[in-house]
Amino acid sequence: MHMADALLSPAVGITMLAGTVAVGGYASKKLKENIDDRMIPLMGVLGAFIFAAQMINFTIPATGASGHLGGGMILAILLGPHAAFLVMASVLTVQALFFADGGLLALGCNIWNLAFYPGYLLYPLLYKPLAGGGDRPGRVLVASVISVVVALQLGAFSVVLQTYLSGKSELPLGAFLLFMQPIHLAIGLVEGFITAGIIGFIRSVRPDILACAATSRPLSGDFSLRKILITFAVLAVFTGAALSWFASTHPDGLEWAIARVTGRAELPEPVGGIGVVLKDIQEKTAFLPGYGFQSAPSEAIEAEAPPAWPAVEAGTSAAGVIGAAIVLGVVGLIGFCIRLVRKRVQGATP
Amino acid sequence: MTFDERYFNIGRLDRLSYGDSFIHRLDPRTKVIATILFLFTVVSFPKYEVVALAPFFLFPILLMTLGGISLRFIALKVLMVSPFAILIGIFNPLFDTQTVTIGFGTSISAGWISFAAILVKFTLTVSTALLLVATTSFPGVCQALRRLGCPAIFVTQLLFLYRYLFVLAEEAMRIVRARDLRCFGRQGRGVKIFARLVGTLLVRSLDRAERIYRAMLSRGFAGDIPRLGGFRLRSADLAFAAAMALFLVTFRFFPLTEEFGRFAQELWR
Amino acid sequence: MSHHIIEFRDVLFRYPDGTEALKGINFRITHGESVGIVGANGAGKSTLLLHLNGCLLPAAGTVTIGDLTLAAETRRQLRRKVGVVFQNPDDQLFMPTVFEDVAFGPLNIGLNDRQVRERVHWALGMVGCLDLWDKPPHHLSAGQKSAVAIAAVMAMEPDILAMDEPAANLDPRSRRSLIGLLKTFRHTKLIASHDLDLILDVCERCLVVRDGRVVADGPSAAILSDAPLLEENNLELPLSLHRR
Repeated sequence: MHMADALLSPAVGITMLAGTVAVGGYASKKLKENIDDRMIPLMGVLGAFIFAAQMINFTIPATGASGHLGGGMILAILLGPHAAFLVMASVLTVQALFFADGGLLALGCNIWNLAFYPGYLLYPLLYKPLAGGGDRPGRVLVASVISVVVALQLGAFSVVLQTYLSGKSELPLGAFLLFMQPIHLAIGLVEGFITAGIIGFIRSVRPDILACAATSRPLSGDFSLRKILITFAVLAVFTGAALSWFASTHPDGLEWAIARVTGRAELPEPVGGIGVVLKDIQEKTAFLPGYGFQSAPSEAIEAEAPPAWPAVEAGTSAAGVIGAAIVLGVVGLIGFCIRLVRKRVQGATP
Repeated sequence: MTFDERYFNIGRLDRLSYGDSFIHRLDPRTKVIATILFLFTVVSFPKYEVVALAPFFLFPILLMTLGGISLRFIALKVLMVSPFAILIGIFNPLFDTQTVTIGFGTSISAGWISFAAILVKFTLTVSTALLLVATTSFPGVCQALRRLGCPAIFVTQLLFLYRYLFVLAEEAMRIVRARDLRCFGRQGRGVKIFARLVGTLLVRSLDRAERIYRAMLSRGFAGDIPRLGGFRLRSADLAFAAAMALFLVTFRFFPLTEEFGRFAQELWR
Repeated sequence: MSHHIIEFRDVLFRYPDGTEALKGINFRITHGESVGIVGANGAGKSTLLLHLNGCLLPAAGTVTIGDLTLAAETRRQLRRKVGVVFQNPDDQLFMPTVFEDVAFGPLNIGLNDRQVRERVHWALGMVGCLDLWDKPPHHLSAGQKSAVAIAAVMAMEPDILAMDEPAANLDPRSRRSLIGLLKTFRHTKLIASHDLDLILDVCERCLVVRDGRVVADGPSAAILSDAPLLEENNLELPLSLHRR
């Protein structure tokens, strides 16, 4: 499922955008160095292919629900991680723009969730080792299913985390996870089978494509363990930073959530020294209300007891409601008038 | 949504984007930046703020009316993608039961307010994003992205995707129709057949990519897609940008809606 | 433009899956000739055309165009001399707008912005599609796409023009326009087609290809009225000759 802008806070949005842009820049650079000319039309057409394939629904067995393809893993197998990332990113961008499937600010999240995990994590770490040369259908099936399932689990978990850290939804962490993970397990199983099926089909009618795909990218040599560890480290820092922002501003909220999930009622220490530093910075930027970092502007004043969360400013006055009605009325009127004028103008000119 | 519906949907939005109006004629960079800033501002409101969001409807309304886009079209599209947001948001009233007053002597749980905030923000963000596309051709958006610093290879990718998505969607539609004509009830919609259909589409796509590559080579392609000069900013763009900035700052940091309300109350007395 | 003689000598070509598509093609075409290439499906017509601009390289034999012999190193130069219009216009119009598609070739040659604009203007004007300049290709009709694809190739001002099934997706009127247009070109033309009436109309000379070899080579009027020869090659008399 795709993140929507309405559920996102600027802090989370920007963090994920930064991560995605970093990976995208890396992928672009790598492609520029290594690119075979024919990759350009190939990437474009495969992007269109994924887009079109996603428009075809199928029924998920045993549930009767309809689902559609993700595609990150197939792209990774056919194109290698760098191109696959960019292609998937482009598909998500066009979907966000044309279908409003996922928000524009949330693109950073969605691209990370759906394009990063399959190509850069699961493909080198799970799929390639498990599938071996790819000539044994049984191995390919196992490799496909496992890597796709894990990729989707990571993606789903990320959505939950991003929503939770944005603080706009009240859904408790545990419940949300309980909702998202099993669904994506089912979807992942199906997509894993489909991926294996497609690869098998390609192998039978056009084996040259797979041979080309496997050898034209210096993947195994390139992707050292060190790079993987760095990626994990980066991931950890992002999540750690985000968690500590949250921990330092919504101590009650996090405590409550953790209590519900784990049964304990303790406030965890901020992550190492990062939490303290971040709290410091945050206090200095306290004049920016509501940018996802705080729930009440009065956090800056240490003397006051931190307000109970949620803040008391949830309510509003009659003036507010009246004002809103007036504003909406005026806006509507403006719109109506513009339309009238346009029609008049268009009617007048032949 | 069925395949056909999705396909004609994109087609419609695409055709709208080639219209001609004041908004259409603005530089794509202006529109892209304005939209991003707008989205950012809307999303930055605290989770219980609903009333202050009201003036922000002006932006999508202006885009819609000046750009000649039908309200019904946008409204339907917003409605169509709302399920996820509603699904998540509906839990707010369930879990957040602190009661707060909302004037006129009534009170409701805070959860409903935050839910309302989510819905309003959703409507604003989705409609504005759609209107960006509806009033700026997709290649225009891509050009804007490139000039705002996006790597060329990604922009080329977006343009190729856009170019061929209609072609491939049509091929997919043909394949799907062939399938649907031959499956009765549920048979044939299963996963195995889907894999074969998609496999066929994939092979055709790969062949097509090969032919396109040949055509590119035949016209001298040597690795880089060449470009001509671009857009120039006009005074209309600068005026638009300035107005936008003023609007966003004003309505984000000053609770004017409440002021209007109070003013009206005074008049009433 | 001096000598742009096209010469195929004993050209052999085998596809990666082993299919022998060309088993010894021999012909010679001189400057300004209009030559049609006809034959059954799978005879090797398209494969032959793909050799003209180096998309494919012969396994044996030589392809000479002007004073260049086709090889991996000379491919790029050859492409400036030979313009190939492929069967499916969608595959050839890959840029966001018609203008950019037609400008693609000239920009790759290295012309400056002003020269490019002039070429595009001229090429689009020649095919009658000037008003389509800012449209995206997927908004065009089949006839318009074909016309723009031709313009895109012509904008490079090649000396030799090769076309694969140019009228395949056209309605009668567009087809008629195309025939009229082709008749105005003074270039050397090679047109592979099943549309024998078009060949009769546009090309004075005709090659018949069967099983990867040229089995007949002569004036179109003669070849295309030779019913037995045509039937051997899964063809029929052109419709315009049927009435006799």
